[in-house]
Amino acid sequence: MDMPSPDQTVLAKKAHIVARLRAVLPLDAVIEDEIETRAYECDALTAYRCPPLAAVLPSSTAEVAAVLKICHEENVPVVPRGAGTSLAGGALPTADSVILGVARMNDVLETDYENRLVRVQTGRTNLSVSGAVEENDFFYAPDPSSQLACAIAGNIAMNSGGAHCLKYGVTTNNLLGVTMVMMDGEIVEIGGGHLDAGGLDLLGVICGSEGQLGVVTEATLRILRKPEGARPVLIGFDDNQVAGTCVSDIIKAGILPVAIEFMDRPCIRATEAFAGAGYPDCEALLIIEVEGSEQEIEVQLDRIVAIARRHNPVEIRESGSAEESAKIWLGRKSAFGAMGQINDYMCLDGTIPVSQLPYVLRRISEMSKEYGLDVGNVFHAGDGNMHPLILFDANKPGDLELCEDFGADILRLCVEVGGCLTGEHGVGIEKRDLMLDQYAPEDLEIQMAVKDVFDPKWLLNPAKVFPLAASHARRSVSH
Amino acid sequence: MLKPENEAALAEMIATGTGPLRIVGGGTRDIGALVQGDVLSMAEVSGITLYEPGALTLVARAGTPVADIEAALASEGQRLAFEPMDHRGLLGTQGTPTIGGIVAANVSGPRRIQVGACRDSLLGVRFVDGIGRVLKNGGRVMKNVTGYDLVKLMAGSWGTLGVLSEVSLKVQAMPETEATLVCEGKTEQDGVAALCAALGTPFDVAGAAHLDAAATGGMSRTQVRLEGLEASVAYRMDRLRQGLLAGFDVVQGAQSALLWDEVRNVTPFADQTGAVWRISSKPTDGPLITAALKASGLAHRAIYDWGGGLVWVLVTQDDTAGAAPIRQQVAKFGGHATLVRASQVQRAQLDVFQKEPTPIAAITTSLRAQFDSHGRLNPGLMGE
Ligand SMILES: Cc1cc2nc3c(=O)[nH]c(=O)nc-3n(C[C@H](O)[C@H](O)[C@H](O)COP(=O)(O)OP(=O)(O)OC[C@H]3O[C@@H](n4cnc5c(N)ncnc54)[C@H](O)[C@@H]3O)c2cc1C
Ligand SMILES: Cc1cc2nc3c(=O)[nH]c(=O)nc-3n(C[C@H](O)[C@H](O)[C@H](O)COP(=O)(O)OP(=O)(O)OC[C@H]3O[C@@H](n4cnc5c(N)ncnc54)[C@H](O)[C@@H]3O)c2cc1C
Repeated sequence: MDMPSPDQTVLAKKAHIVARLRAVLPLDAVIEDEIETRAYECDALTAYRCPPLAAVLPSSTAEVAAVLKICHEENVPVVPRGAGTSLAGGALPTADSVILGVARMNDVLETDYENRLVRVQTGRTNLSVSGAVEENDFFYAPDPSSQLACAIAGNIAMNSGGAHCLKYGVTTNNLLGVTMVMMDGEIVEIGGGHLDAGGLDLLGVICGSEGQLGVVTEATLRILRKPEGARPVLIGFDDNQVAGTCVSDIIKAGILPVAIEFMDRPCIRATEAFAGAGYPDCEALLIIEVEGSEQEIEVQLDRIVAIARRHNPVEIRESGSAEESAKIWLGRKSAFGAMGQINDYMCLDGTIPVSQLPYVLRRISEMSKEYGLDVGNVFHAGDGNMHPLILFDANKPGDLELCEDFGADILRLCVEVGGCLTGEHGVGIEKRDLMLDQYAPEDLEIQMAVKDVFDPKWLLNPAKVFPLAASHARRSVSH
Repeated sequence: MLKPENEAALAEMIATGTGPLRIVGGGTRDIGALVQGDVLSMAEVSGITLYEPGALTLVARAGTPVADIEAALASEGQRLAFEPMDHRGLLGTQGTPTIGGIVAANVSGPRRIQVGACRDSLLGVRFVDGIGRVLKNGGRVMKNVTGYDLVKLMAGSWGTLGVLSEVSLKVQAMPETEATLVCEGKTEQDGVAALCAALGTPFDVAGAAHLDAAATGGMSRTQVRLEGLEASVAYRMDRLRQGLLAGFDVVQGAQSALLWDEVRNVTPFADQTGAVWRISSKPTDGPLITAALKASGLAHRAIYDWGGGLVWVLVTQDDTAGAAPIRQQVAKFGGHATLVRASQVQRAQLDVFQKEPTPIAAITTSLRAQFDSHGRLNPGLMGE
């Protein structure tokens, strides 16, 4: 994966830039030491690393504005950073960039149960937003598996999803407003406690813009009352296609589970060896969770089980207690960890129309043989968001490149069947060069034209999302 | 009048033409500043191109009548989750509402409070920009973060950024049953407080509205809707009536549906003369804004939907449609107001959409320039 070569003028005036940043921030909020900046050299896509010129850790919107104003004047690229859990290289710096981390901004600013919203600083972690309203039995719905670590800042930038988004939607459906600092230091308020945009829906564009339009410092989020209860059922099949049909039949029957998770045999075996959840050794396994009161849960599960029985499952495991529920989820929750035990892995996240599931799974297993790399599939089946995990050996020369090629082929397949490159992780640098497989040049042109409006100098996270060749002209305008 | 038959013809007409265009789907949502320009009708760019009930997705060309879409969905026991209103009664317009018009105006009904707006159901768009380029964004799958989300931007852009040629939507299964809990005689404050309380329960409220006495022409009415499996709705209704909504009566089936048609289509204001505003605010601010209007001497009637977060205000006797006090109060509380129905004179003289703060207005203007550099698409409709 190429990154643009650093701007020598910027490198040459590092001392000057650092001095200006120090003038507007507390002493410990500017990190420029070559060893200490290493802490910011990568996100969760660890194959790519580069320490930034400097990292800053502002504590307020005003400080963020001061930093951006300086970087704007000095023409220094800025890479916003939340918790650095991006799997797409979204927070990867370049040597001439300043990392702007919002981790110190993690206050809850307002809690309003009547209007069902909270306003937080965006450095706050996803889970601790729910934590802040838990005592009143409320929660913030989008729940990425990284929720213990990842920040609302990154969630907004990536429009992150979670296991329960089949019912509750992803970040964009739960975001009411933001305070954002533009690259030139101007502070804007978009949205708020009301539900709809007054003019153009700018909030909709900012969510998912991967830190390229502005630095989001505060967010108003929708909170919901917790359901009375939840319970999963586990269903095993000896055929992927049948499992896929079962999912579609459940959806057609008008039942809306909060989650429908799917694991295939390689993944089941790996997690069994790792976690010992007692899963059946079968071709495909579904974990379906429903919510409500005891009685409502019974009614929904009865219907789901009745539909599943029509497809000759090899196993149906209903849960009779909280322990049994936890056991059903155990394997799924440890799936990534289990695969990581075996090998290094790369996690993809293309989305496909649910109807294409059997075909895509078959093609992936064929390609796996061609490439000689194993793949496990674990994903959100209700919405077609796949997570193929390709296993490789980082110490073996050439294996990473082979794995990336295989990954690219899988993503092209997703697009070919009517899906997309990424369902929740974002483009970052990882899928940047595949964008032309999904979009025509003019489709990317209009997206880049949107960036022109928010960040005319292309200083905010400039080397991401768009193929470098496509964004080259815009990035290389001398300022 | 321009009447392209398909997307390619549409692109050609825009690329080769000059001068402003007034984009019309079905011509039923005559909202916004008056637009001068050649009429561009999308009525012929019509037809459902893909419908997969098992994946809850439907793709249709922009000129497809909403009625056709609703019929296709109903045949599979499905529907549009966001329950778009039919503006014809309120605006006294005729014609056939199209799905493109719904999306362009981000029209969403009472269920918005539970499942989100039209923009939240919109998965992808194809459109033609102001210089005739055919563009696409999003797709037909439920989860998609590939590049910027221009899908949301196009929803509610009122045809000012591009002419939609095709839209993909996430649809919803029709519930087994619905029921509404109704109570008469509450004040606006008490009514909205009850709605907010109900929305704060785990019972998945699918509609929460209050109509003031002037709107119903009798007693005020507070109503809360539940939808889902029979057993579920019965259970939730009991729990609410034993607790927060004690004293509410139960209305079921078709009668319940009628109550919500009335709110969705703002029927009580349809045959009343006067200007109609649509105010979007924080739910608890809804009744505070109307109380302030009353205190300022502006006579009006109000219907509160979305738990109080959407207030339809009918202003009867004022030449300027009550614009000054309404703008003033909305500015004070936060949110925005749109003049949905007004006389030609009022529409020509007043801002229909809320004026935006300077930095936001600047972004909006620059975005328009990127999508429509010659200012040809519904120029001036949203202001500026
Ligand atoms: C084990 C694991 C499991 C995961 N599971 C999921 C999952 O289930 N669902 C899912 O969607 N994702 C998942 N992810 C991906 C990742 O956690 C999400 O993308 C998350 O939202 C990133 O948040 P972050 O705070 O770590 O952001 P970072 O990694 O710091 O940054 C991500 C992007 O946001 C931008 N950004 C950061 N802060 C700001 C700001 N203040 N203003 C503007 N832009 C900003 C950055 O520039 C970058 O482009 C997972 C990751 C891991 C490692
Ligand atoms: C005989 C007659 C005469 C009229 N004379 C006038 C007049 O002089 N001045 C006037 O302002 N109005 C006039 N109207 C009303 C005019 O039709 C509407 O004001 C306006 O064109 C919006 O149409 P319509 O599409 O609301 O309906 P909808 O289809 O409901 O559209 C709603 C909004 O979405 C936009 N839109 C619709 N389809 C698309 C699409 N595919 N892509 C992008 N945007 C779309 C529309 O421009 C409109 O802003 C007249 C109507 C009739 C029937």
